[in-house]
Order: sequence, then structure tokens, then C-alpha cells
Amino acid sequence: MGILSIIIKRLGLGVLTLFLVSIIIFLAVNMLPGDFAQALLGQAATPEAVAAIRADLGLDRPIANRYFDWLVGAARGDFGTSFAQANFSAYVGENSSSNYGSVATQLAPRFANTVFLASVTAVIAIPISLAIGILAALYRYSIFDRVANVSTLTSISSPEFFVAYILILVLAVLNPLLPSLSNIFDGMSFAERLEKTLLPALTLTLVVTAHMMRMTRAAIINLLASPYIEMARLKGLSPFRVIVVHALPNALAPIINVVALNLAYLITGVVVVEVVFVYPGIGQLFVDSVKIRDIPVVQACCMVFASAYILLNLLADIMAILSNPRLRIPK
Amino acid sequence: MTNTKPLLKIRDLQIDGISDETRSRIINKVSLDLYPGEVLGLIGESGAGKSTLGLAGMGFTRDGCEIVGGSIEFDGIDLVNSPLEKRRRLLGSRIAYVAQSAAASFNPSHKIMYQHTEAPVFHRKFSRIDAETDAINLYRRLRLPQPEMIGFRYPHQLSGGQLQRAMTAMAMSCRPDLIIFDEPTTALDVTTQIEVLSAIRDIVEQFSTAAIYITHDLAVVAQMADRIKVLLRGDEVEENTTRSMLKSPRESYTKSLWAVRSFERKQKPPAKTGATPVISLKNVTAAYAKNDPVVRDVSFDIHAGRTVAVVGESGSGKSTTARCITGLLPPLTGSISFDGTALPPDYRQRSNEQLRQMQMIYQMADTALNPRKKIGEIIGRPVEFYLGLTGREKRQRVEELLAQIELEPTEFIDRYPAEISGGQKQRIGIARALAAEPKFIICDEVTSALDQLVAEGILRLLTDLQDKMQLSFMLITHDLSTVRAIADEVVVMKDGIVVESGPKNDMFTPPHHAYTDLLLSSVPNMDPDWLDNLLASRGADNIGDAAIEKMNKN
Repeated sequence: MGILSIIIKRLGLGVLTLFLVSIIIFLAVNMLPGDFAQALLGQAATPEAVAAIRADLGLDRPIANRYFDWLVGAARGDFGTSFAQANFSAYVGENSSSNYGSVATQLAPRFANTVFLASVTAVIAIPISLAIGILAALYRYSIFDRVANVSTLTSISSPEFFVAYILILVLAVLNPLLPSLSNIFDGMSFAERLEKTLLPALTLTLVVTAHMMRMTRAAIINLLASPYIEMARLKGLSPFRVIVVHALPNALAPIINVVALNLAYLITGVVVVEVVFVYPGIGQLFVDSVKIRDIPVVQACCMVFASAYILLNLLADIMAILSNPRLRIPK
Repeated sequence: MTNTKPLLKIRDLQIDGISDETRSRIINKVSLDLYPGEVLGLIGESGAGKSTLGLAGMGFTRDGCEIVGGSIEFDGIDLVNSPLEKRRRLLGSRIAYVAQSAAASFNPSHKIMYQHTEAPVFHRKFSRIDAETDAINLYRRLRLPQPEMIGFRYPHQLSGGQLQRAMTAMAMSCRPDLIIFDEPTTALDVTTQIEVLSAIRDIVEQFSTAAIYITHDLAVVAQMADRIKVLLRGDEVEENTTRSMLKSPRESYTKSLWAVRSFERKQKPPAKTGATPVISLKNVTAAYAKNDPVVRDVSFDIHAGRTVAVVGESGSGKSTTARCITGLLPPLTGSISFDGTALPPDYRQRSNEQLRQMQMIYQMADTALNPRKKIGEIIGRPVEFYLGLTGREKRQRVEELLAQIELEPTEFIDRYPAEISGGQKQRIGIARALAAEPKFIICDEVTSALDQLVAEGILRLLTDLQDKMQLSFMLITHDLSTVRAIADEVVVMKDGIVVESGPKNDMFTPPHHAYTDLLLSSVPNMDPDWLDNLLASRGADNIGDAAIEKMNKN
């Protein structure tokens, strides 16, 4: 099967997945106790005020209709207006259909920030994990191997906020090298942005390294008993060359998969770190929106998360195929 | 030769294997001398320590092996105690290795040429450009097709025989003084084997490289080696020049190895005309993918109490034919009948009785037996399923079956497959097939994973059982000596078509179909001049792939 047909097939399946995810999320948020009107008005809510807000936002209509409206809009690329924005606009008397508060404009800068943080983390974490993994495979069962294993496992086992506060203590308080707050805004230069992002990126690096490093080590060691590795050794090559030139290219597929999974995690799962560093990413927006039952935003966030998983996994599979001559070049 | 210094000198070498804290001796005080330009054959059955000894000749031990005594000297360099770095400089450059399976020993991620030039460039023997030019010359010498291009392909794009020759070329890349050949032709078809053998011999002679040639096949070693050393479970049995060894082996073990090939059962008289065959295939065509039939228009009969050998090389469609008969692969067209009645093409539509009458014995007894079940359960399962016996009756039947395959029932019934030897496992496979009390058994390469002595025992058992129970066998094999030993009729297949069929004796006497002739002439025999004579009479262009290509053109 050619790569192109694989891509098309997987993208088709991806659209189907997104559709199913949207239904599940829509139903799940609706099943949560309370809705946007109650969440907004809190304990002082009068039934009239709640009903007014519901009518304003269309929450009084049947769930199927609301989902269908959302779906038609989403299919055209319009993810609607966040309830919070719509409610605010109605309150100040603006037209709620104005573009000012659309979910897309709200989400885009947050998503860009999250991608920036994920990229900075990936640029640090992937080379480090691969290097430590390769060295651990080369010096397996040595002190280095054990230290690498124990320390990465320790960092992945500690809660993220704990790792984050330790880093703040060491790198921001005791040695004021980096800022402890990552308040990023428009108009910052790249260097400033990078400096502000470095501490959360380092925290996330500690969180994702263990997984990637251990997979690299295991995938390489798994191949060391193969006849072609023995052949490479019998050619008198150095152990480093045997591992990097002969084992690593054949171990790429599982490594790429783990890297993709971790990248997806960096895009979808970094709420805690964002909160600790006050980083304006998508995770925080998501949690806030769930809290106030702001369904359009929740839906859009979930679509972004699901797309990230689907695309990164597709990318991983394509790269795994490209890394394998037997799949890349037919007989 | 004796007045020069030996190139490789091994004295009283002892190697232990360590697994799960238990030590076992793999090599027990073996010594050898190898002089420059000489070829030493190492033979023995599996577990004799041939490969371990061969690798020790490079100063290399596999993980889990340890040199515990003795010395290895290569050209005056101590390979046991020298620093690792010094030993590593010899590997690839002065001592090279050719592995059993080239398909597994070439790295799938790199092109052949990259792997070929790796050692010379790494050891700074030649520049990459020079090494590439030299590689192309070697490929041409080894008669590889398109020598200028073939190196720039990935291993999966070459055939097994081509890879094995490319690996021999790779071993020559630094012009080593010594090459270890570890069963380089065992995994190949006979017609391919002969081509690789002649290529290896040519190149070893042309560059007067010394070699250790490891194999379990006496006829092969007879063609390749100047001297032969026989090993048995880590001990040296004897060593002599090839001709004296073949003419007059001294030790009884060596004699028994030699004698294996003499087993041959007389061909039975042909079945009466008009007799109903047990199995009859009529114009069977079958395919795995649409429009790409793997077997075409195959017809043959198997009569009661007779063995029909289906012979062919890998990819000839032998096993696919068997899958059609068992109903695992319903044929596209054609029919299969049992005792005169047509069988449903799909096994799911066949009755229990029809399934019972047809059993199978597999090539890898190791993987065909469930490792978590005791022998008694493995054999007891078909006894219960087909015959409905349970409890004491079932146990009694299992014991009878074990007795039939010449294993002591009380000793084996409660053992697990891991606790018995390869030959015994194959006997259990036979007992399991017999348990259903079938009329017809398909034997799929049943002896090809076994040592020759053990294989002979299995063949004798099969013929005894056949005589006692009037069984019919379909014997799938690529090994013509097995055919000679027990077949009554032979069906030769090539590319999914039956090219020749008939009684065994006719098969082995000329005139043959051209392909049968090629097959027969490619089986090495014990005469050390066999390969020379064959090459002299046919020419290098008329053996192996080249000959098959010519045949396909005609």
C-alpha cells in the first residue's frame, strides 16, 4: 500500500474520530450538574435570571438541536461564540453575532502559546532523551545506566507541580537565573518569550524524558541479539558505531511512536504546569471553560486535542514507514 | 605446508556456556592448527560446538559463553588475553566471518554497498571509492547479476543466494587472511547452494585465503575442505585430510555419520490399475491474492500404503498444495477427492470423519507442540476429540501410541515438550497425527530441522508405521536424499506447476525433465571431486540461478 493511500485512509478515519469525540464531549458536558447560566449566576440566581440567560444563549432548546447547530457550524469552520463572550455582549447590548468574541479568536493565541511551549520542550527533551537512551544502551548495566534510569524515573514519578516548584526554587529563587512567571503577551520579542518559557519547558522536559529515554534504550537493546548486530561486531566496529549505525536505524519505529505520544501529551496535558507558571496556554482555558460549562469552547478545545493526537500519530506512522527501507522501497 | 607457521593455533580450548547460573562445557579441550591458504572443515551435529569454536577462532564469544582455558593464537597474536581494542582491529580486516543466514545478517536499514565498504573504511584499509570499485569486481567474480548496480540495493531486494554471495564478497573486502564460514549454504535451495559453493571456493583459492568451513553436511564439506575435523558435544572425535577421512573414517561415530546416507527403502510395486486412490487431486489451481495463482493445474494421486514425495525448491508451491488438500486454502478451480468421494473445498464444511482421516506432521516440532501441555495431553487431545475416549481408556491409548513411536510411555507421558530432544518432539508430532487413526498423513519437511542421525530414525519409524497400518504419506521435501530413502512416487514442482511425476526409480534414472536433472545434479555427493567434475562437465553458466533462467527462457 502506498504512503498516499495510507494518509488518505487515516485522515478519513481521523475525521470520523473527531465526529465521535464531539458527540461524546457534548453529551458529557451536558450531563454535568448545572449549566452555564447557573454557574455564572451562582447562589444568588433567581429562576427568572437563569431562564433569561438560557433563552439568550439558546440553552432552552433540545440537546439534539443544539448539537446539530454546532456540527453544521463546525463543518463550515465556525466554532461559534463562547457563552461567556455572548453573555457579556448581550449584557452590554452589542450584537452577539459579531466576530469579536468567536471561539476561534479566543482559542488561536492560546493554542499558539501552547504549541510554542511544546516546541521548546521538544527541542530540549527529544535530543536529550535519545542521547541518554543511546548511552544507556551502550553502557547497559553500568553505573551511568542505573543513574539515568533512576533519575528519569524519579522525575516522571514526582507530581508535575512538585517538579515545577523545585525548579522555581533552584533556578528562580536561590539562583535567580530565570523568571518564575511565564506571563506571555503579544508584542514580546522571541528572545523574551523564550526566556519566559524556559522554566515550564524544563519542567515538562523532566516529565517526558523518562518515557522516551527508556524506550530508546529498550528498543536498541532488543536488537542487540540480532545476527546483523553480531555481524557488525565481527567486522571489528566500535561499540558506539555498532549501536548508532546498526541498531538505532532499526529501532526508530518504536522510538518515533513514543516521541509522538509525548508530543501529543505536551499539547493536551500540561494544565498543571500552565497553572503553576501562569502560562496562558490552551490547557488553562479548557479547564476554566469546563468549570463554567462553556460548551462551545470545551468542544473546540477537545477538537484541537483530538486532532493533535490523530495528526501526530499519523505523522509517527509515516515516519516509521519512511525509516524502514523494506516498507519504503518495494522488492 | 608443515614447514610454515600455522596462521591460527588453538590449544586445549575450553569454553563454558552459562545460563541461569548453571555452567555447561561447550568446547572441551579442542586444539587445531590452520595454515595459510588452507581450508579446514568442522563438522558435527547440532550442539557439537562448531559455531562456538569457529567464533573462538576470531577471539569472539557470544553472550553467555566464556573461555575458561586454553589458548588461541592468530599469527602470533594472543586472542584470549590481548586487549579488546587490539583484537577488534583484527576483526573484519584480517579475520572475517560469513554467517549462516545472509538475509538476517545484512542490516535491513543500509544498502549492501555501504555495509560492504564499512569494514575497509573503518579499519583504514581502503578509501570508500577504492572499496566500492573492488566490491563491484568481487560481485562480478562471484557471478552476481548486474555487478555495477546490485550493491546499491537494500538487502530485501536480493534473493537468498545473491545475499549469501554478497556476504562472501563482503568478507573479502579487506582481503583477510582467514574467513570463518558458518553454515553458509544450509538455508539455501540445492540449486542455489551449488552456485554459492563454487563461488566461495573460487574466491578462497584465488586469494589463497585460509578458511574454517563449518557445516553439518558431509557432502558439502567434502567439496570445500582440505582437512576435516569431526566434533561431538564439544569433544574432538577425529581429524584427517578430506580424502582419507572419506575413505576410511576411524571412529565409530564418524562411521555412523557416513552410514546415514545409505538408508533406502525399496520402491513398492505400483498400485493396481483401477484402484481408487486415497487422495486424488484434479487440476487444482489456488491463489492467495486474486489473479496470482501460486499453484496451477496440479493433478496427482496418492494410493493406499504408499508415499508420494512432492519435491521442489522454496516458492514452488509444495506447501500451498498441502494447504489445498487440508482445506485451509480452498482452491479456485479443480477438485480433491478422498477414497473416491469429492471433499468440500473448505475444511469448515468437512465432516469430523473427513477431518480425522487426514492428519499433518509439521517441520518445526518445536513450535507445533504447545509448550504448556504435557505430552500425555498433547496426544490425548485428538484421542478424545476424534475417538471419544476419556479417562483410563484415553490414557491407555496414549500409552499405546507412545509405544508405537518407540518412546517409553511411563517415562514420557508426564513430561513437557521443553524436557525432550528435537527428535523426540518430532516423534510426539507423529504420535499426535496417529492418534486420530487417519489413513493419510501429510509430512511437511518433517526431517529438515533435524540432525542426520535423528532424521534417519524418524524416516525409519515412518516407513515401519506405514507398513503396519497401510498409511499413505504425502512427503513434502526439498531434500532429494529423503526422497530416495522413503518415497514410492515423486512429483516434482517448479513455480506452481508439476514438471514431472512418476515412480521413484524412474525419477532417479535418466532421461529427466531439464529441471529434475538440474535438481538431481545439484545435490552434492561424498566424492571430493564432485564439484570439480560437475563444473567441468556443465560449465559455471549451467548451474544454479543461471541455469534456471536459461530454462525459463526456453
